[in-house]
Amino acid sequence: MTDDVLVRARDLQVHFPVRSKGLRRKVVGAVRAVDGVDLEVRRGETLGLVGESGCGKSTLGNALLRLVEPTGGTVEFDGADVTAMSRPALRALRRRAVMVFQDPYASLDPRATVGQTVAEPLQVHGLHPGARARASRVAELLELVGLDASVASRYPHEFSGGQRQRVGIARALAGEPDFVVCDEAIASLDVSVQAQVLNLLRRLQDQLGLTYLFVSHDLAAVRHVSDRIAVMYLGRVVEVGPAEQLAADPQHPYTQALLSAVPVPSPALERARRRTVLAGDVPSAAAVPSGCRFRTRCPHAFDPCPDVDPALQAVGAGQTAACHLHGVVGSREARV
Amino acid sequence: MSAPARPAAPPVRVRPERGRWRATLRLLLSSPPSLFAVLVLLAVVVVALFDEQIAPTGFNEVDVSDRLQPPGAGHWFGTDDLGRDVLSRVVLGAKVSLQVGTVAVGFSLVVGVLAGLLAGFYGRWIDAVLMRLMDVLFAFPAILLAIAVIAVLGPGTTNAMIAIGITYTPVFARVTRAAVLGVREQVFVRASRSVGASDARLLLRHVLPNALPPIIVQTSVSLAFAVLAEAALSFVGLGTQPPAPSWGRMLSEGRGYIDLAWWIAVFPGLAIVVLVLAFNLLGDGLRDVLDPQQRSALEAARHRPGRRRRAEVRR
Amino acid sequence: MSAPVLEVADLRVRLETPRGPAHVVDGLDYAVGAGETVAIVGESGSGKSVSVLALLGLLPASATVTGTASFGGRDLLAMSEAELRGVRGNGIGMVFQDPMTSLNPVLSVGRQLTEGLLAHGVVTGRAAARARAADLLADVGLPDPRGALERYPHELSGGMRQRVVIAIALAGEPRLLVADEATTALDVTVQAQIVDLVTRLQAEHGTAVVWITHDLGVVAGIADRVLVMYGGRCVEDGGVDDVFDAPAHPYTRGLLGALPARVDAQRGPGRRAPDLVAIAGTPPPPTELPRGCVFWPRCPVRGDVRCETEQPPLVRVGGTDPRPHRAATFYGREIP
Repeated sequence: MTDDVLVRARDLQVHFPVRSKGLRRKVVGAVRAVDGVDLEVRRGETLGLVGESGCGKSTLGNALLRLVEPTGGTVEFDGADVTAMSRPALRALRRRAVMVFQDPYASLDPRATVGQTVAEPLQVHGLHPGARARASRVAELLELVGLDASVASRYPHEFSGGQRQRVGIARALAGEPDFVVCDEAIASLDVSVQAQVLNLLRRLQDQLGLTYLFVSHDLAAVRHVSDRIAVMYLGRVVEVGPAEQLAADPQHPYTQALLSAVPVPSPALERARRRTVLAGDVPSAAAVPSGCRFRTRCPHAFDPCPDVDPALQAVGAGQTAACHLHGVVGSREARV
Repeated sequence: MSAPARPAAPPVRVRPERGRWRATLRLLLSSPPSLFAVLVLLAVVVVALFDEQIAPTGFNEVDVSDRLQPPGAGHWFGTDDLGRDVLSRVVLGAKVSLQVGTVAVGFSLVVGVLAGLLAGFYGRWIDAVLMRLMDVLFAFPAILLAIAVIAVLGPGTTNAMIAIGITYTPVFARVTRAAVLGVREQVFVRASRSVGASDARLLLRHVLPNALPPIIVQTSVSLAFAVLAEAALSFVGLGTQPPAPSWGRMLSEGRGYIDLAWWIAVFPGLAIVVLVLAFNLLGDGLRDVLDPQQRSALEAARHRPGRRRRAEVRR
Repeated sequence: MSAPVLEVADLRVRLETPRGPAHVVDGLDYAVGAGETVAIVGESGSGKSVSVLALLGLLPASATVTGTASFGGRDLLAMSEAELRGVRGNGIGMVFQDPMTSLNPVLSVGRQLTEGLLAHGVVTGRAAARARAADLLADVGLPDPRGALERYPHELSGGMRQRVVIAIALAGEPRLLVADEATTALDVTVQAQIVDLVTRLQAEHGTAVVWITHDLGVVAGIADRVLVMYGGRCVEDGGVDDVFDAPAHPYTRGLLGALPARVDAQRGPGRRAPDLVAIAGTPPPPTELPRGCVFWPRCPVRGDVRCETEQPPLVRVGGTDPRPHRAATFYGREIP
């Protein structure tokens, strides 16, 4: 039975224990980095995942690939339960579901040649066996991401950030994956180079039929590449919807504030617009507020917010938001 | 190491593995200090292998009438208190000193690095058990520990090497562990894991090579200490048994005659200095050519002096 | 129009690097008036940060700085270290990217603020200094300013720390505020708070602001004038509307075209956004600047035979006197 959902998270949790100092190191609490996330990534789409630092979006991306162990809930990849996978099964998953990392200066082994880096997935999974077959596959991959095949024998320090990120993308694509998590993949690049990489990612998607989870704090970039966008706040997805619809008509107060805070590169529009400047700071993920976790900063907080943890509910065509302003229904049980 | 037929040109320009090793060696030898080190080590090895042919006399040819002769035509390095030719004893002692250096440090290198790798990479209880074990070893004064080991194994050159090896293991374990702790958290290790690399692959392909520089430095330092430690053990009668010579023993025996006959101590001492210096220079050279970034700087400096370098370094 | 607060003329900075001399800043002219904000925009290695560090005497001794920077009738570049120390923090306030490293972690916020106040003779006496410090913290919007005086930098969030840094910068009632990537490390909602704060304080005190950033969105919201830097040179400057609405230099055009938000604003009702206009290649490191126009190797126009051999002059392409809109091209506004 194939459905159009490639990756599905159900009530996914990643809690990191907080230990006391001293010898006993008792567990005294938990940082709830991801705290009950339901999310679907459909085949062939780009799902953008936005949020501010510390909201858990990176942890969520890692948990979907089980690069971070979930502490609760399930992840399904193509119908198989990732959270229950054996070692061999997990290894097979590593070929089909991969990640492109943020910092291209840190994500390539400085002592491995570009060729060795790109060939690693091939060796690990026994693809294109034989030195010559592997070399020609590496050459093919390098050309696919817009690099010259001859760079295989060079080392990462000889390249600029954008070129390195291309190498990182070539490595990710070596095993012909279905699903790519781009974890802040353009965040450390210069603006003019970001555009190159974004264009490349989109071209590769068309060419190879990839499914992306595009994790980023950059709302403009997310809006540009995504078919749908999920907004995260303090460990929870608070709104999901088609990219343009969500950007034009956000329903959750946090999404509204986030969108209004993003500066627009147009002086006239900047002068004309009114900002919803949020007061205060994001609460610590080790001390999540009761009820709705956004209520401490929400300009619209009212009676039910401190008591009832809102669930995602439909607010438009294909758009869902977790906010009591749209009716106090289907509430989640409070997890305190 | 013979590669008779040149392989047909591959479809793309991928530098073959063996060619890269050869290029590394060539680059290493292109730096004068490293070349000097390699030549000295080769010389010491040749001397150690053919010591009996090279030495003018046997190691224990006593000639009391000829004792304490200064360096001169008959005895280039002079004679000691028993009239034995110092040059011959230095030549014949090369084997022991070289063996002690390589075998003892080799032992501590292998065991210590392995322990450090596992402890640093896996952490938790593996780290706790291994490193506490190393702390116990480290807590004893080195010589006392070596003496204890020899008490169990019995005296002799081989056992002295093992004892010294055990003594130096904790240092390597600690140095390696510290380096691994840093490398382990690097994104490229996570990136390799994310494409399915096994722990063994991560350790050998990514963690160890990047943890190598401090280990290389530690190796050259330990080699020096090992040669001297052998002297100390021999001095208390637990290492090389008299009258067989070793540089360390000759040095400590000659100490008593230093104002009467300086040559007895100075020549073996010089031999140690030169050997240790060679090890250190080789260590430095290796560290540089094994680091790709240093390496392209070296290559650039060598191949196109004056021309601008393409390599761009951001941090 | 009154005399500008800061007037920089023909600023050049040369750094000695292991790879040879680097002309990090190569002939920069600009002026900032009271209450005015000049944004210096550029990518990594463009020399934008160095250009202000040079004014403040904060470059290593190996740097050679030439030109003039007249501030209040005196040339900053001709001042002794002691004179500069008097100007820094008193006449000129500084805010840098990372608030954590700008603050001393072992001193309380109150100590750091009062020290500056006393050192620059703004107030006399501890009690008066503390009262003034609390006022300043209230001014930058820190909740519970009296309590905040007792706290240490690590106890504050990133946004709060940056507010403290701004408070310290404003303690000497400077006529000029220099902000170097002051919001880059912050989340967008916090960035919006800080930008609002600076705009408000500027309106109240008539401070001149030099805002250094790579983020054109922020520039659109905050700047009166823009100076675009590339490879150590000014490639375009002018009023913010002129530069954003009618960019004349191919680099500026590329930079704006690389912004998803600008491209998406023009996207029709279709599902997919058009590709971004990426500039090929990467910015050159300062040690390897090309001959001729610094941008020509990446330039999509290269509309003149002199591009590869001669530096194009900054020519007027629009704007009004005395504030023209200028671009460093051979062909002015009529780009082929």
